[in-house]
Amino acid sequence: MSDHAAADIEGLLRQAFKPVEPPESLSMRLETTLQELTDLAAEELESWELRSMRDPRNWVRPVAAAAIGTAAGAGLVVVRVRSQHRKQRKHVQGIELAERTVKAAADEVKRLVDRF
Amino acid sequence: MDKAQLDREFSDLYRAHLRDVYSYAYYRVGNHHDAEDLTEQTFLQAYRHYERALRESDGRPLRPWLIRIAHNLAANLYRDRARKPQTPIEDTGALSAMHTTEDLVEGRDELARILVGVKELPDDRREALIMRFALGMDNREIARAMGRTDGATKVLIHRAIKQLEEIVATRGGVS
Repeated sequence: MSDHAAADIEGLLRQAFKPVEPPESLSMRLETTLQELTDLAAEELESWELRSMRDPRNWVRPVAAAAIGTAAGAGLVVVRVRSQHRKQRKHVQGIELAERTVKAAADEVKRLVDRF
Repeated sequence: MDKAQLDREFSDLYRAHLRDVYSYAYYRVGNHHDAEDLTEQTFLQAYRHYERALRESDGRPLRPWLIRIAHNLAANLYRDRARKPQTPIEDTGALSAMHTTEDLVEGRDELARILVGVKELPDDRREALIMRFALGMDNREIARAMGRTDGATKVLIHRAIKQLEEIVATRGGVS
């Protein structure tokens, strides 16, 4: 391959692979979800701190990572259920949708409980 | 670092690299629907592991780490769909349907031929080209994202470009 040909191909690749802007709806959804996770993590941390204050053995125990992980996991329930809804929306209506929602949420919570 | 600061830094990371992750996802899976899901899951997973990644990055940029998450999730997506024969054939086809990216080049034949040629490359070569040309990553960043050495990455990209040139030449070249 000549240097000239390689340069041509690279130039064309730069033009062909132009960056793709994410849809506005994705940005909004992601920011909402991340905000929910942040809020959940904060609540979880506060709740843990109140409980742990009653037990002096836990006063200096680092918890932030665990709290964030748990909250993120809980947030994922919302996101995954929402994602499944999107895929099923075409086929499911009314009562059936509600039943699936409850079942999906229950499955996801069970999975998270098993993990933690 | 306290949690509030951690969240602020993650927000900065998200804002700085949303387009990178989405571009990677789009060129990787070939359609907007899956690219959106992949991007969403990438940032959720990144959020869960952000503190550790920050600690282990030793001050290095985190873009390769984000792209690596997206890369792994995309691989899982392909694997899961391959295991589910009930998935409609047209959905599975969309995973590798880089032809949709031809819409982006607005009918320019030579660019469309390049993208078709890229589709024929082995996965690792195609991914390296996406990272280099869609995201503008340098060899070191690509090496970290792909879990290779800098030298191996340089060779990978060189071979990818060489193979692509041969494919394009075989198909009638570029004007």
